[in-house]
Amino acid sequence: MIDFRGVSKLYAGDVGLDQATFSIERGEFVFLVGSTGSGKSTVMRLLIKELEPTAGVIRVAGHDLDQVSRKRVPYFRRNVGVVFQDFKLLPNRTVYDNVAYALQVTGGSRKEIRAKVPDILRLTGLSTKLHNFPHQLSGGEQQRVSVARAFVNHPPLLLADEPTGNLDPDTSIDIMRLLYRINRTGTTVLVATHDQAMVDKMRRRVLELSRGRIVRDEAAGFYTRDETTRDLARRLRAPSTRPPGL
Amino acid sequence: MRVGFFLREAVRATRRSAAPSFAALATVLVTLLVLGVFIPIVQATNGAADSVRSRVEVDVYMKTNATAVQEARVRQEILNIPHVKTVQLVSKQTAYEQQSKLDPAAYRLLGTNPLPDTFHVIPDNPANVLAVHNALTPPTAGGGTGTIDPSIQSVSNRRNDTKKILEVTNLVTITAAALTVLLTIASILLIANTIRLSLYARRREVEVMKLVGATDWFIRWPFVVEGIVVGAAGAGLAIAVLGIAKVALLDPLASNWTLIASPRTISFTALVIVLMSAGVLVSALGSGLSLRRFLRV
Repeated sequence: MIDFRGVSKLYAGDVGLDQATFSIERGEFVFLVGSTGSGKSTVMRLLIKELEPTAGVIRVAGHDLDQVSRKRVPYFRRNVGVVFQDFKLLPNRTVYDNVAYALQVTGGSRKEIRAKVPDILRLTGLSTKLHNFPHQLSGGEQQRVSVARAFVNHPPLLLADEPTGNLDPDTSIDIMRLLYRINRTGTTVLVATHDQAMVDKMRRRVLELSRGRIVRDEAAGFYTRDETTRDLARRLRAPSTRPPGL
Repeated sequence: MRVGFFLREAVRATRRSAAPSFAALATVLVTLLVLGVFIPIVQATNGAADSVRSRVEVDVYMKTNATAVQEARVRQEILNIPHVKTVQLVSKQTAYEQQSKLDPAAYRLLGTNPLPDTFHVIPDNPANVLAVHNALTPPTAGGGTGTIDPSIQSVSNRRNDTKKILEVTNLVTITAAALTVLLTIASILLIANTIRLSLYARRREVEVMKLVGATDWFIRWPFVVEGIVVGAAGAGLAIAVLGIAKVALLDPLASNWTLIASPRTISFTALVIVLMSAGVLVSALGSGLSLRRFLRV
């Protein structure tokens, strides 16, 4: 699904990403961790071709990003759902219209929109908030709208850049649970975060970046692929079971 | 479907961001009002200047004893001079009748006709009047000026008047043209800037649209439609105000003041078309082009 081969990105002399090589399979749930400035956001922005790599090859969902012309970028982006820390909702549209916009962009018919939008809003638990504007919602609700918008097209890949950065722990668990539920439909999910506790509890594959280099890539063991979302949530809410000294 | 969507998006944007839209509308309104007043004034001024210039001519006075043969020869000689458009002979009888009508008492007292036959020489272009005059009065060996034919008594010497008229009318025309250009540039900049401001307020929105995979034109069309709507509304208001002003203020005056009634000014219908298309075009282009810098995401 995602394939980085020796990808580097230099910003006016600074190293954003240094010879990063990794690949993520279809259907995986992967955390991208690292401190601020380690290159997490660079990876995310490279993946939606907001940035061009200085060197190396990036393949996403079967596209070699170097071959995607500027004109085709919008069409490529429809294959990738993106969720941001600051939600990036359209402030003067209702919840319904925000989600519908992602379908209108792709030329979705009114019938299609009327069928799909309530569905995805039910999945994200927003059925009662259809006609509210973003500023009338809590942070967790806004993030759920943003997830709904990213997923309404059922893209094969979902990127989340610090999705829980602005949320309290309980709400963060709800969002993680939602992302996991989406992952279980077969969508590849890549989450950049520095919420170490959350990463430890989720026990998914972790890629760690430090100063632009991949320093750790481990399929954090002992988790079951087909854990239900309810089990996951229960485990996340439980007190840390991390053995001391690890 | 698409057209309907873009229209609805434009209406939504105008409603939701009423203040910037209103500012753009007011800017269009004011600039078009100024243009609408200025265009007829410039045209009237140019018309007046032209009619003054068209009166510029050279008069050739024949000797009182000139024969018809001599006059025919002089006419031919004048016609041979470059830049002469027409030559018109005013016979002494015609001149006498015209003059005595103006001042009957003086001419009755005079008893005889003192006026010579006169050729009115009109150059093809007022600017060439001096060249024609010079050709009619070549310098003589003695250093003075003579005439091209012995049967000519004299050539009118209105060199100074002519020069002044030409200078003044030239100045008026150039000033009017310069003001029109400046005003047009100022209007375009003003409208474009207002639109850019209202877009700047929505640049985040554009960024989000790009992130969910909207193509540039999909984002741009609602803004262009909005520009058209705002431009048309502003132009419509400006035209309404101008129309009211024309009916209420100008038309009553027109009968007394020939400058306003001058047939050389633009017709109101043409003015309406010019203002409407200017308002719509500038606003639509302004929106579409100003958006470019925000589309680079």
